[in-house]
Amino acid sequence: MSKPYLSVENLTQQFPDGQGGTLTVFENANFGIEKGEFVVILGHSGCGKSTIMNILAGLAEPTSGVVKMDGFAVSGPSLDRGVVFQNYSLLPWLSALRNVQFGVKARHRDWSPAKVLEHSRMFLAKVGLEGDVIHRKPSQLSGGMRQRVSIARAFANHPKLLLLDEPFGALDALTRGTIQEELLKIWSGTEQTVFMITHDIDEAILLADRILLMTNGPFARVAESVDITIPRPRTRTEIVDHPNYYAIRNHLVQFLGRRSKELAGQKVEGPQRPETVRIARESAPEPEPDANPRLRAVNS
Amino acid sequence: MASQLSLNQRAAILSIVLLVVGLLIWEAAIPAQKAAEELTEYERLTGGGAPKAGIPPPSDVLAKAWEQLSNPFYDAGPNDKGIGIQIGYSLFRVLSGYFLAALVAIPLGFLIGMSPVAYRALNPFIQVLRPISPLAWMPLALFVIQDSQLSAIFVIFICSIWPMLLNTAFGVAGVRQDWVNVARTHELGHLKTAFTVILPAAAPTIVTGMRISIGIAWLVIVAAEMLVGGTGIGYYVWNEWNNLDLTSVIFSILMIGIVGMVLDAAFAALQRTIAYAE
Repeated sequence: MSKPYLSVENLTQQFPDGQGGTLTVFENANFGIEKGEFVVILGHSGCGKSTIMNILAGLAEPTSGVVKMDGFAVSGPSLDRGVVFQNYSLLPWLSALRNVQFGVKARHRDWSPAKVLEHSRMFLAKVGLEGDVIHRKPSQLSGGMRQRVSIARAFANHPKLLLLDEPFGALDALTRGTIQEELLKIWSGTEQTVFMITHDIDEAILLADRILLMTNGPFARVAESVDITIPRPRTRTEIVDHPNYYAIRNHLVQFLGRRSKELAGQKVEGPQRPETVRIARESAPEPEPDANPRLRAVNS
Repeated sequence: MASQLSLNQRAAILSIVLLVVGLLIWEAAIPAQKAAEELTEYERLTGGGAPKAGIPPPSDVLAKAWEQLSNPFYDAGPNDKGIGIQIGYSLFRVLSGYFLAALVAIPLGFLIGMSPVAYRALNPFIQVLRPISPLAWMPLALFVIQDSQLSAIFVIFICSIWPMLLNTAFGVAGVRQDWVNVARTHELGHLKTAFTVILPAAAPTIVTGMRISIGIAWLVIVAAEMLVGGTGIGYYVWNEWNNLDLTSVIFSILMIGIVGMVLDAAFAALQRTIAYAE
């Protein structure tokens, strides 16, 4: 079996718990991401999603285990792994355009300023930012526009792996919807491998090829890998009509609402791999006498 | 009518009114010298006719200012130089001491801000040296340096170093980790991170320290020049006091204030250009 493009092997993270002991966030986590795949990780707060993200970005060191990309173990941050942070992380003293140029210059140190400028403008245009607005400072932009700039900065660098850390978490629902579609637009047509954290189930289904589900911590596990069997291109309004949509959504809601808690805190020996779940219905779902009520709200 | 004027215009009018009223009260409060012919013979014999040294009225000060400012750079020997020359000497001392201090304080502040070990190691020294009045260094400086000019510059150096050092360290240590992470994920080297991320992020705090420093330096130069003598606006004030020329004393006090204001305004302008909103 060939190794996936990005493989996370036996990743363990422990922190001192402040009372002399250690707190194990997750242990022996194993999963992989294929090249060009869009993978979303879903889980409750505190399950260690952000820790995994920081390790993948190289901003944090795991207690043990390795992350291999393209066959090489990663250590430290790198331009090959671009990050979009939840709080945008734009440099506030630079204009939107200069923030993107900052990234492009770092990536392509041999490019002429004119080429850097042209490349930066092109990627800002791809997220719908053109004209005077690109000369504004981040403080003069709305949250949605700031995150667009941040996405443009990340995509302009063509990283081998793009990490999105709850990129839309701070945005209102309507803005979130438009930017999700913009992200899909800029992503499709690239062979960009993306790993994203979110809390939002609908966002995950809209964007992902595959969703990794994490149980609650401590001893959190990446328990399941759910294939999103809805063909692309997807739009928010159309995917809800797809026969698989509610089945997948239901599965995710059940997991986050109930099973993530049931599976929490169980220390399991040996390497952990997510179990692959594939929900595919070819026709519209029959009204079934299912024990699981549909569309149940998550009460956590 | 008043509502048609902007806030600034109304404030400017009020300022001018306050100035005029203040000057009139000052003028009126100075008792006029009695004219010589009104004196009795006895008064004339006992010297009552000689002009008494008193606080001069503002009209005299204005006349003096006009006289001095119309020829600010004359040089008629060691005790009689124009106000422009004197201020020039003071500014030269302040700026040379100040820039030497900046050359030391900003890189050192960077180091202290980036390294918790350096911060803790240097902190006791800073805390002991900082509260020392800069003039207390004067005897030691005169003894070691053996030159009053350089000693004055040293005093400026030592008084302006602390606000810059502490503000730089504080600003650098407080740079948001997110921005440092942006630099790290873009594989910027240490030097590049320092200049393209940490310096602009900490710049407003650093310039605030520089602005405090220039204010202190200008306060201290007057006292230092009174001690070392020879040239400078501080020496000028003291020299005119010895001449009992209070008109010149008041005029030079005003000039000290105006130059201080200009220095501060220059740094305020610098502060505005590098300020950013988060």
